[in-house]
Amino acid sequence: MEFGPHLILALLEGLVQASVLMLTALGLSLVFGVMRVVNVAHGEFFMLGAVLAHVVAGWFGAHPALGFIAALLLAPPLVALAALAFDRTVLHRLGHDPERTIVATIGLLYVIQQLTLMTFGPEARPVTAPFNHRIAIPWIETTAAGLSFYFPWGLSTTSYKLFVVVAAFAASAGVWLMMARGRVGLVLRATQLDRETAQAFAIPVHQVYGFVFALGAGLAALGAVLVVPIRQAHYLMGGDPLLLSFIVVIIGGLGSLRGTVWAALLIGMSDGIVSVFFSPTLAKILATLLVALVLVYRPGGLFGAKPA
Amino acid sequence: MSRALVLHLGLIAVLFAAAFLLPAYHHGNLARIMVLAVYAMGYNILFGYAGLLSLGHAMFFAAGMYGMGLTVRYWDWPMILALPFGTLAAAALALLVAVLALRTAGVAFMIVTLMFSQAGFLVILYFNPITRGDEGFVIPQAARRLAGLDLSDPMNRYLAALVLFSVVLLACHRLVLSRLGRVLVAIRENEERARLLGYDVWAHKLGAVVLSGSVAGAAGAAYGALFGSVGASFAEVPFSILPLLYVLAGGAGTVIGPFVGTAFMFYLRDLAGTVTDAHMLVAGAALIALTLFARRGLMGLVRARWAGWLP
Repeated sequence: MEFGPHLILALLEGLVQASVLMLTALGLSLVFGVMRVVNVAHGEFFMLGAVLAHVVAGWFGAHPALGFIAALLLAPPLVALAALAFDRTVLHRLGHDPERTIVATIGLLYVIQQLTLMTFGPEARPVTAPFNHRIAIPWIETTAAGLSFYFPWGLSTTSYKLFVVVAAFAASAGVWLMMARGRVGLVLRATQLDRETAQAFAIPVHQVYGFVFALGAGLAALGAVLVVPIRQAHYLMGGDPLLLSFIVVIIGGLGSLRGTVWAALLIGMSDGIVSVFFSPTLAKILATLLVALVLVYRPGGLFGAKPA
Repeated sequence: MSRALVLHLGLIAVLFAAAFLLPAYHHGNLARIMVLAVYAMGYNILFGYAGLLSLGHAMFFAAGMYGMGLTVRYWDWPMILALPFGTLAAAALALLVAVLALRTAGVAFMIVTLMFSQAGFLVILYFNPITRGDEGFVIPQAARRLAGLDLSDPMNRYLAALVLFSVVLLACHRLVLSRLGRVLVAIRENEERARLLGYDVWAHKLGAVVLSGSVAGAAGAAYGALFGSVGASFAEVPFSILPLLYVLAGGAGTVIGPFVGTAFMFYLRDLAGTVTDAHMLVAGAALIALTLFARRGLMGLVRARWAGWLP
């Protein structure tokens, strides 16, 4: 394959990755924005979503589409419920103190990961995509005979990958609509702006926190359910989404949803492209150092309006 | 002699006696616990006294370990040079990280240290031909000699660990009673007030990070020399979480707490090992339980209830 088609392929793969990352990072960003706490177990909620998708799809083994739809409908709410339970039993009693919350969610990370290892096992397990048509992509080239139009070998995507992109953007738009328009969004934004004043106006702040924590986990799980037919479910799969979501939320500006979306697209796409052309380890080293330095020198993020 | 000094010297005496009394299995465990406790004591300087929660101490431990291991492996340095070199390497890294990370505070400081540590781990993987990446490498038995003693011998190993442990324990004892230690506590309790009183907060924090990183590096170098293996898993995120867990369990801001916490968690994990292989499950559950029910840890509890004099 030549450079042009290769680049298009990298862009397509990057777009799929970016859209899933956008959902996952939106969850982390919401939790950080509204609750002012960092959820280190976010990647494990992602993993739990993928693992539950495999389990739920197994119950409806008759038809792959049926199993996938059941997973899509059941897995994210189940993960959200688990997150809500953790918020009620632990984080609520810590008063959502930022440092103690980090320590507690580190604990949760290992509990979820190891329990999954003990029950689900160390194998990677697949979920069948509900539909999976190969879509070849045409390429135009100027030859001696003029413009020629052909389908290069290997330049293709699948209908399912396009569905992932559309679904992720639809869900993100849903989150944005909820935050910007609905009454729920008003309550969330009030809590984010000033917790005490919100409480004085009879907003049940701790219930809001529980809701946001569950919603954040649910979004991560939704991203995982979408991606699990492309990548398999595995008990250690939470590490990369956590790291990338962290990077996105920091680059996009802590707590800014718009910044998160742009940063997710930028980083998801560039990660896809970079890992096609460069060593993935080197790319990760540079990305991690870049994020640390952004946090040191531009605490408001690259897209944030002003440093907080 | 103060009660605290008696307590610390007493602990050292008990550990010395244990060298000749314990059965082989616990003898080996205790040698490991003492080295890990040094790591935890280094962590405690920063977390317990200066109030800075780092999530990246594995990079300092690994810097000490690889500083020692690589010089022995490639340049055949003797331990008497390689061990201090590892510690110095960790101190230099700590200085670099401190200058950058101390521009942030709170949650951002935690994330920045985590990110630097993760980058350090990836660097070890990236230079796989030199560091042997995930697999790591073995320090040959011939190189594990210090002042004519074979460090791979269980008794020598135990005593070497005890010497390092005692030096660091007594140094921590001195430190927290010194002016520097008291200023660190003042910064932990109220940074603004410490600044108002005329203390250079930034310089004290810088000192705390470098000191903490050096002790962690010394523990890393010693661990490699005493147990003979160097590997990338010692640079991974879970290894940054362990000292936090040990210090939280034993009691942050107590001199003896890190040792108590390390021993407690080590044996808790040992016990759980008979039930399940998923050993980090215990660590995770313990972290949640500690943040919920015992914020001050075991020795913190002892100090609050019975012994207010505990440093």
